[in-house]
Amino acid sequence: MIPLSYFLVFAAALFSIGLYGVLARRNAIAILMGVELMLNAVNINLVAFWRYITPTQIAGQAFAVMVFAVAAAEVAVGLALVISIYRRRNTVVADDIDLLKF
Amino acid sequence: MNVQDLYAISPLIVLVTWATLLILVDVYIIRDRNGGTPILAALGLLVAMGFAIAQTGQQYTAFNGMAVVDGFAIFLQVLFLGSGLVGIALAYNYLQRMGIERSEYYILLLYSISGMMLMAIAADLIVVFLALELLSIPLYVLAGFGRPKVEPEEAALKYFLLGAFAGGFVVYGIALAFGATATTSLAGIVQAVNAGSANLTLLSIGAALILIGLGFKVAAVPFHMWTPDVYQGAPSAVTAFMSVGAKAGGFAALLRVFVSALPELAADLSPVLWVLAALTMILGNVVAIAQGNIKRLLAYSSIAHAGYILMALVVFGNTQVSSDAVAAALFYLVAYAVTSFGAWAVVIALEKAEQKGLALDDYAGLGRKYPGLAAAMAVFMLSFTGVPPTLGFVGKLYLFRTVLEGGFIWLAVIGVLTSLVSAYYYLRIVVIMYMRDGDPQVHAEPWLRLTAGVTAVATVVLSLYAGPLFAWASQAVLKLF
Repeated sequence: MIPLSYFLVFAAALFSIGLYGVLARRNAIAILMGVELMLNAVNINLVAFWRYITPTQIAGQAFAVMVFAVAAAEVAVGLALVISIYRRRNTVVADDIDLLKF
Repeated sequence: MNVQDLYAISPLIVLVTWATLLILVDVYIIRDRNGGTPILAALGLLVAMGFAIAQTGQQYTAFNGMAVVDGFAIFLQVLFLGSGLVGIALAYNYLQRMGIERSEYYILLLYSISGMMLMAIAADLIVVFLALELLSIPLYVLAGFGRPKVEPEEAALKYFLLGAFAGGFVVYGIALAFGATATTSLAGIVQAVNAGSANLTLLSIGAALILIGLGFKVAAVPFHMWTPDVYQGAPSAVTAFMSVGAKAGGFAALLRVFVSALPELAADLSPVLWVLAALTMILGNVVAIAQGNIKRLLAYSSIAHAGYILMALVVFGNTQVSSDAVAAALFYLVAYAVTSFGAWAVVIALEKAEQKGLALDDYAGLGRKYPGLAAAMAVFMLSFTGVPPTLGFVGKLYLFRTVLEGGFIWLAVIGVLTSLVSAYYYLRIVVIMYMRDGDPQVHAEPWLRLTAGVTAVATVVLSLYAGPLFAWASQAVLKLF
């Protein structure tokens, strides 16, 4: 059987790629995709931990399903906000959305 | 699931049902904008508060240890419901004046509060995550409530992106904690650590990630960058609610998770929290000096106050002090809530459309033209600074005391010094109000006057009778078993 650490390293790599996407990309949609990658890394972790550590309990799987549901709800709100901005500004690039400065 | 489980979450059930029915009532029965919806929403909050108060003194877990009813949960639930009531009072006329009167505001407010209440009773990391998102998602929409204007939309997008980002950290941390201890229940984590079956390295990494994610929520430095922008862009009534509710929700999670589940990790995490608290206090107070916009100034002030509350968390591993620290943090949250809502009520009274009326210079002459409002604002500024006799002073006193008991003398010194720095910008507002001539334009509607008046009186009077309030907060110690 594949050792647990393979899954954890893969999930950590996926999380880091998502993190890089959030920090480096300027397009709001791409940032959102980075966040989704981070959440997917979490799901891989949860399912791997469930399979290797607590295979008799359902908590790990149930948690993964909850993460899906929450991610979907978040994206629904996020895309609505992006569309709302796009209609007004014709851009979703974070550098152009600069009225409120950091 | 039995009757007691349902009774444990009865305030939550009432609030969520009420909010859901209110959507239908608003669409099919009330129809005209802003008719009875705010009153009905306030009524729902009061009913839920009744259910929460009815549980006072009880102590039990529900849903197989997923939820817990204890003093901490009840105290925070009452605080959240109360801040919802103020949130409605602040918004009632403000939304009309700004031309964004939509009754969704009140419904989203109720949903967001239900998330905060779930956070207060959470005894399992899954519930913590769910509560965090339930709290945040309605707030993202509320932050953009001023649409179709540019600033609120930007604020909402910024808040959303950073909030979702932070949520990713929290849930990754929770997944690692699950892997380290084979459970997500807070009580189970304590058992696993005590039994020696937990992987402490993995648990520490998980706890650190949870800390990062929640650090975003409570606006701790270095995770604070979004705060001034979002606070400035969002409608002021939303900002007021966000600065109190979202912060208190984040701290509810931090206190619950760290104090009750992870005291064994204190050796690793206390220094990190020490640095976070010190940085937050220093940066929040120093940068606030340079602000010319009252909303940005209050945003940095809220960052600084998050730093003061974080001080209570630094001692979380010391079991002799930690229950005192929780009580001090809860007391400070109440003090901050009362003061902050009052200050925002004054800001809302002076705000005009198109982000006007928010410069500090717009407060010139307020003392002569509107002495009542100016006096209230002066009280709030003194309370933020921590000058007696105000709630802010008593709150800081309790916080510094617990930090000293925990043996963190330098942190208390930093806290006192940064309070001195903060006096500069808080008192500058008082000076502008009373010493400079000007012609401020004020829309002090009855609800705003009431909020400012009641919070100003409460800030002073409650500080004189702080003992009973602190005793109530002391009963709110965390119990999981």
